[in-house]
Amino acid sequence: MATIIGGLAASHVPAIGGAMAKGLQQDPYWAPFFDGFNAPCRWLEAAKPDAAVVIYNDHGLNFFLDKMPTFAVGAAPEYRNDDEGWGIPVSAPFPGDAKLSWHIIETLVGDEFDPVTCQEMLVDHAFSLPMQLFFRDRAHSIPTVPVVVNTVQHPLPSLRRCFKLGQAIGRAIESYPEDMKVVVIGTGGLSHQLEGERAGFINTAFDRRCMDAMTGDIDGILGIDPHELVELAGSQGVEVMNWVAMRGALLGDVHELHRNYHLPISNTASGIMLLENRPKLARAA
Amino acid sequence: MSQALAREPAPRAKREIFGTPIFGPESAQKGYALNKMCFSFNSAAARAEFIRDEAAYCARYGLTAAQTEAILKRDLLKLLDQGGNAYYLAKFAGILGLNMQDIGALQTGMSVEQFKAKLLAARDS
Ligand SMILES: [Fe+2]
Repeated sequence: MATIIGGLAASHVPAIGGAMAKGLQQDPYWAPFFDGFNAPCRWLEAAKPDAAVVIYNDHGLNFFLDKMPTFAVGAAPEYRNDDEGWGIPVSAPFPGDAKLSWHIIETLVGDEFDPVTCQEMLVDHAFSLPMQLFFRDRAHSIPTVPVVVNTVQHPLPSLRRCFKLGQAIGRAIESYPEDMKVVVIGTGGLSHQLEGERAGFINTAFDRRCMDAMTGDIDGILGIDPHELVELAGSQGVEVMNWVAMRGALLGDVHELHRNYHLPISNTASGIMLLENRPKLARAA
Repeated sequence: MSQALAREPAPRAKREIFGTPIFGPESAQKGYALNKMCFSFNSAAARAEFIRDEAAYCARYGLTAAQTEAILKRDLLKLLDQGGNAYYLAKFAGILGLNMQDIGALQTGMSVEQFKAKLLAARDS
């Protein structure tokens, strides 16, 4: 059976791609952000996961308002990035694990989640940047399953719904009959708001509450409705939904191994977390 | 698990959040053509065509007069008011060569330096 060895979370603003293209990783502005990936990268090199399920939101590369899924799951052998219009370089393609994708899709539908399934899907910076930041040289060789959550158009799914989606993804992975190690990645956030007169809004207290909730009072944030989430996290800070879904997939005992919190990168408060998912003792017995 | 079965709170009347447009059903309909045009800016050829004749490009996508005027004037707050969505408008900002701090300054009436200082000040909050 497949096991979920851990969960990872990271912010994903396009400017990170610009900084990487210019080799600014050790620039004083960027170093506190990029250095935050050293510990998770070392852990991943040692843990050697066989696949990554990446939960993120599309920013208008693959999906538009003509057809806007609340949840979508990629089921392709390969995922391409493409021009997103803001000048960051197009990344190399990422391999998919279509067999694992279909197993997740079948389990989700059986579990009363009904995602859109995509045999062709462009993945944007919210997928490609965290993959490159966490996996570095191996970013384009680890098989992936992209999962997209709508953060663009209200009504947004609630945090509780995202958490339950994650739990269902976790059950799907754990019932996958291959002997393999899987990590689940949630990208986006933390607090930020790009538009309106409140542009530049950041809420460090709420960000810390969300990071603490990953190993603490997760139920305490699941009751926050999407409108209240906009108020607390900013219009695009709602992307923490992807973190919550990632956390839901960790069905074992969850331990925080690393966190980095730094602001600002572009207009965003950046959070990076590495969570280890250990088997529950009761279930191991 | 019992907590998973906890009832969702009943929907409440939505409060206004200062300076924060909510992109929901109303904006999604009002801004459809505008956002569709911005979505087209993923393509380099589309960006070049827009730059050649902005008004003609807006007309081709069926933007209203108010939306077209806001595009021509780079009036971001008006574009939001006209149903623009931040994720798609960011592609328009990309064409203008503006980064997110430039955009933030334009919308908040600050200088770019003031806006950057505001972001930094959040560290101490
Ligand atoms: Fe984002």
